[in-house]
This record gives sequence, structure tokens and C-alpha cells, in this order.
Amino acid sequence: MPSRSSSVDNELIWYAPKPAWSFVDLAELWRYRHLIAILALRDIKVRYRQTMIGVAWALVQPLTQLCIFALLFGLLGRTPVEPGTPFLVSAMCGLLLWQLFAQSVTGASASLLANTNLVTKVYFPRLALPISAVAVALVDFCVGVGLLAALLLWYGVVPGAAILFAPLFVLLAVILAVGISAWLSALSALYRDFQYLVPFLLQIAFFASPVIYQTDALIPAAWRPVFALNPLAGAIEGFRWAVTGQGSPPWLPIVTSIPLMAVVLGSGLLYFRRVERTFADRI
Amino acid sequence: MSRPAVRVEGLSKRYQIGSREPYHRFSELLSNLARGAIALPRRRRSATPDEQAPGPEGEFWALQDVSFEVNEGEVLGIVGRNGAGKSTLLKILSRITEPTAGRFGIRGRVASLLEVGTGFHPELTGRDNIYLNGAVLGMPRTEIARKFDEIVAFAEVEAFLETPVKHYSSGMYMRLAFSVAAHLDPEILVIDEVLAVGDMQFQKKCLGKMSKVAQAGRTVLFVSHNLLAVESLCTTALLLDGGQIVAAGAPSAVTARYQGRHDAECPIRQWDDLASAPGGSHVRLRRAAIYPAGADDSAINVHTELVIEFEYWNMVEGLVLSPTANLYDQEGRVVFQTSPVNEPCWTDKPFPRGLFRSQFVIPADFLNDGYHELQLYMVKDASVLVERFDSLLRFYVADDAAFRRGWYGKWLGAVRPNLEWQTVQVAPLERPIRCGDPTDSVACHRGA
Repeated sequence: MPSRSSSVDNELIWYAPKPAWSFVDLAELWRYRHLIAILALRDIKVRYRQTMIGVAWALVQPLTQLCIFALLFGLLGRTPVEPGTPFLVSAMCGLLLWQLFAQSVTGASASLLANTNLVTKVYFPRLALPISAVAVALVDFCVGVGLLAALLLWYGVVPGAAILFAPLFVLLAVILAVGISAWLSALSALYRDFQYLVPFLLQIAFFASPVIYQTDALIPAAWRPVFALNPLAGAIEGFRWAVTGQGSPPWLPIVTSIPLMAVVLGSGLLYFRRVERTFADRI
Repeated sequence: MSRPAVRVEGLSKRYQIGSREPYHRFSELLSNLARGAIALPRRRRSATPDEQAPGPEGEFWALQDVSFEVNEGEVLGIVGRNGAGKSTLLKILSRITEPTAGRFGIRGRVASLLEVGTGFHPELTGRDNIYLNGAVLGMPRTEIARKFDEIVAFAEVEAFLETPVKHYSSGMYMRLAFSVAAHLDPEILVIDEVLAVGDMQFQKKCLGKMSKVAQAGRTVLFVSHNLLAVESLCTTALLLDGGQIVAAGAPSAVTARYQGRHDAECPIRQWDDLASAPGGSHVRLRRAAIYPAGADDSAINVHTELVIEFEYWNMVEGLVLSPTANLYDQEGRVVFQTSPVNEPCWTDKPFPRGLFRSQFVIPADFLNDGYHELQLYMVKDASVLVERFDSLLRFYVADDAAFRRGWYGKWLGAVRPNLEWQTVQVAPLERPIRCGDPTDSVACHRGA
């Protein structure tokens, strides 16, 4: 190994135009993990600077949404959950994962534009920017987990062994968020239309995903396979199952979401890499 | 020592004029998709978005077939006018953007300073920004931590480390930003016009640091408009024009070539046809020119006596006309305004219709170096502006390195007159006074 590194020191490393389609250099991205962390830290610090309640703001949004939906379904007299699960717990599970996803995508799709000064003045793997946005969303997610724990205590829901699978579903949501973020950050950098399109797409995705309802409690059985094509459904339903331990694992959405997620991630990284080299010229 | 640290081979960069606009529309994507779908059956050759068929707006080569080599420990100065491709070259070498064609080889770690304080966030404290900026410039975390105290001391901001940098004075901000950059330890340092910002002290600090970096055996690539800095600090230089290398070699030869180009810029403008000449119903301009008073050479430097000359048609019989010239320096300050107040034949006299010539002389050793721009007013009855010609003549006054004695910054002031100084020794000191070092004049004065 030492001889190899010294020979690298002594050789010219050549750079030339890369072929149009090549994969993201993951090893290089790993070498820049420190930058990703520092960028995420920067965004968190800046976000809560000069605020009075600081990180507690991360709780305000899910709490408000929770209250609104509780009120709405309370007036309606029917909650879209399976019997045996408290509505608030079920909705909180959904909202937590949803927020993780939505915040990642919102932050990431704006990340290249928000950091134009970096993109045009220094070299680093551009993927560090959307990934750091996902990392920021993960921090808020961790704060939100505290709220979920409080709800579980309040309703006396004791998670079973299934809780061990919860991180796996969070990981699925993160991978999906990274894949979508790669797509949308690249597209928003090149086509400003996506700045306006993203919030709109997210709103559709919110209702198309089992965030405030459970699939089995609302969607007719015949439509469930179609519904399972939404890769976020697998992560959310899986997380809800892992936390509440109610019923059997939602195999259908989980099984369909994994290959879909792989496709989204792979194509996202490919597309990002393809347009990455023109960011500095076109942003 | 003679190994190349940077080797550039046939580097070219093409920009699509149409795709350089700041906004990109969705319709562009849709049309690209449509074009892609049509082209797909024909198995498109590998092409980047930039390489696709040039749009109707055409294309623009920022760099064309540039090749050169920089050895380890060398300082390469890159000069050229705005738009010559200097920044594009640095951006490619720092890997911010990819070349369209060609390749380059790099030996060792590159740090590029294309601006001071890249990535600084105004809301964050000085401490946070040191870590952030260091990370952005590619310093490993441990290295930042190790050099942290040094960076803070160099920037002289110890007391404000926990203050958001938005509250910093611009001088403190600049010092902190430069300090982080100065503590990078790359094998190759790429610097773009950093010296253009900041005050004299800051420029001195930058130049000092750069020569230190070079003395330590590192390689420096350095873009600057400060030709004296290039001449004194660089071991070799390149002149870019229109994206191509037009001169390379010894810095003094390259900068001389560069200044030669400036002189040709627009020392003479002429309009022979009265009907199309600039001006209005009272006065039209036929010719404006600037040339050295001695007919010897054409290079204008700070020691050149200059003649400025105008020819104009007066089209109104009996107009009491006085031409007034305003000279501006490159910062847009008025250097002087001049008008023929003591000209015997024509001052305050009515002008008949006809062609006139007015000229005045700017003495040698009077103008400061740099770009100058001349504006001409045509004034009627000593007070009414009848015609104005903005940016009529633009010329460059070159500096003279011989008088510098080690100071390479900009000479202060709108003008740089060579005034008669006189220094005499008023009285010798009677006897040696107790002081540690007899040559230390400050100590001696205190003793006296």
C-alpha cells in the first residue's frame, strides 16, 4: 500500500472530459463525508439561529398537522386506521417518515441553487449538497422520534420485537429520498420550473401515500397492488407496523418498493452524474 | 525539480451562448426529450449536452487548444484582457467545470482560490466559518483543528471568534477568509485575482504569502491584472487572448506584449463623413486622438508626455464654443477637467462655420498608471452644454517597474506627479547615545 500511494504522488493524474454516462464516484463521495457533515451542520445552525425555541420548531409542524387531522377525522366520526391502533400514533408514524422524505426533497432540490457560490467557485462532488440536505432532515426526524415516543407512552402502546425493523424502514425512506433528491436537485438546477413543481408534486405524494391513513383501512383491496407501486408506501407502512406491532408485516408494499427504490436511486445518480459537469456553467 | 506539476494538452472549452442564460426553462427539457426521442433510433454518438448540435444562437469558444506545462516550484502568471479565457482556464484546472476537449494532468493536491471567503456564511460565527471554509477548500478536519490557532492569530480576530461574521468589518472578514486560505497546504495553488480586492496592507500580505508558498517549492498558478506583481513574483507567464495562448515565457516579455495590445486599443478615432459623424446640429466630431508628444515610440507609460487632440466641425455661425475634456481613471474618478481658458485666439470668441482642431498636452510624470477614459463636452457661451461624447478615448498608461523599489501595489491617488523632493541632513548627532542597536534609528530618536 505505501508504495502505491507514493507512486500516485509521483504521477500526473489526468483529467479529461468524462463519458456522457458514468456512475457517481462513491469512493470520492466518501472522502468528502466531512464536507457533507459540515454543510448539514451549517444549515441546521443557520436555520435555528436567532430563533427563540430553536430545534423545537422541528416539532411544530408535525404537531400542528396531527391536531388538524385529529380534529378533521373527529368531526367526521371515523378515523382511517385499523381497529386497535390509536389514530394519533398511526398518523404520527406516517407524518414522521413523510416529513423526513418531504424535507429531504424540498431541501435537496433547492440545495444546488442555494449554494451557487460554492458550485461555481470550488470543486467537490456536487452530490454532497443534496445529501447534506437529507442529513438535515434526518436530524429533524430524530427530534420527532421523541414526540412519537411520548405518544406511545401516553397511549400505552408497547412496541414489540418488530421495532427492531424500524431503522430498516427509515433507511428505505432515506434511500428513496436520496434518489428523488438526486433527480430533483439536478433538474431544479437546470430548469427553474422545478422550484415551483416540487411543492406541488409533494402535495400530491402526501395524499397518495399512507401518511394519515392506513392502506388497509381506506383503500379497496382491488386497488392495493396499484397503490403499492408508490415506493414510499412500503417504507411508511413498514415503519408503522414496526412501531405499533399491530397485524402482520405489510409485505406487498415492502416487496414492491425495494426494486422501485433501487431504480429511482440508480437512475437518479446516473442522471445527476450526467448533468453534474455542466452545473458550474449553467446554474 | 524539473518535473511538471501541471501539464495541459489541447484544452478547449465551448459554451453554447444560448445555454449561458441564467434561466433554463422546462420547455427546453421537453424539446431536448423530443429531440432525444427522434435521435434515439439513430443511436446517438456520445455527446454531452454542450456537444449537441449548436443552436441557432451559435457557440462561443472560451478556450481553444491551450497547451502548456508548469514545473514544480514554478509560479505561472496568466494575463489577458477580460474575456480572454483566464478564469475559464482556472475553473477547468480546479475541476469546477469540464473541458470540452483536451486533457490536463496534475501532480498533487490542488487548492483553488477563485474568490476570497468561498462558502462563508454571514450568520455563522468566525469559528464555524473557519471550519466550514476549510472543509470547502478541501482541508481535512484534523488539519483545520491543528492549524486553528494559527489561522485565528494570522487573521487577528481572536476577540470576535464567537461573533457571526455578518457583524465583522469588511477588513476583518477579508483577513479571516484569507487566513484560512493561506493555511492550506496544497502542492498546487490556483489563485484568481484575489489581489484585486482588499486594501494595500491586504495585498501586501497576499503577495508575501504567495512568494513564500513558491519558495517552499510549491507550484502557483496566478491570474492577475497587476502586471507588476506578475513581473516580480512569477517565474514564467502566459498571455491569453480570445481563448488562445498568444505569448508565453519570461514574465517581463509577456507583460510587455500585453501592454502593446492595450496601446492599440483606441488611441485614434476618426469620422470623415460629416453626415454620419457623432454630434448634433451645432457640433460634430471629426477626429479624436491621443499620442506621445515625442514621436519616438508608441508605448504609453507614466513617463510619457501625451498630446490629446480633437477635430470638430462647427456648424452654427458665431457660436462661442469651448471644448472641455474630462479625464477619468479606471475607478471612474475624475482625474481632471480642462478647458481652453487662456487660449489667445479663440477663447470667448465667436467661431465661424468650419473645421477646427484643439489640442492640449498632459505632461510626463503626471498621470497614474492604469486605464483612463476621456470624455468631451462641447460648451456654448461658457455654460451651455451642447454636445457630450462619453468614453471617447480609452487608453492605458503602463507602469514602470524601475521606480518601484519593491512595492508592487497600486500607487495611490488620481495622479502621480513626479515632484521635486529635497532632503538634507539638518544636524549630525554629536555623540553616540545609549541604545541597544546603534543602527536602530527609532531607538536613537527616543534617546535624543
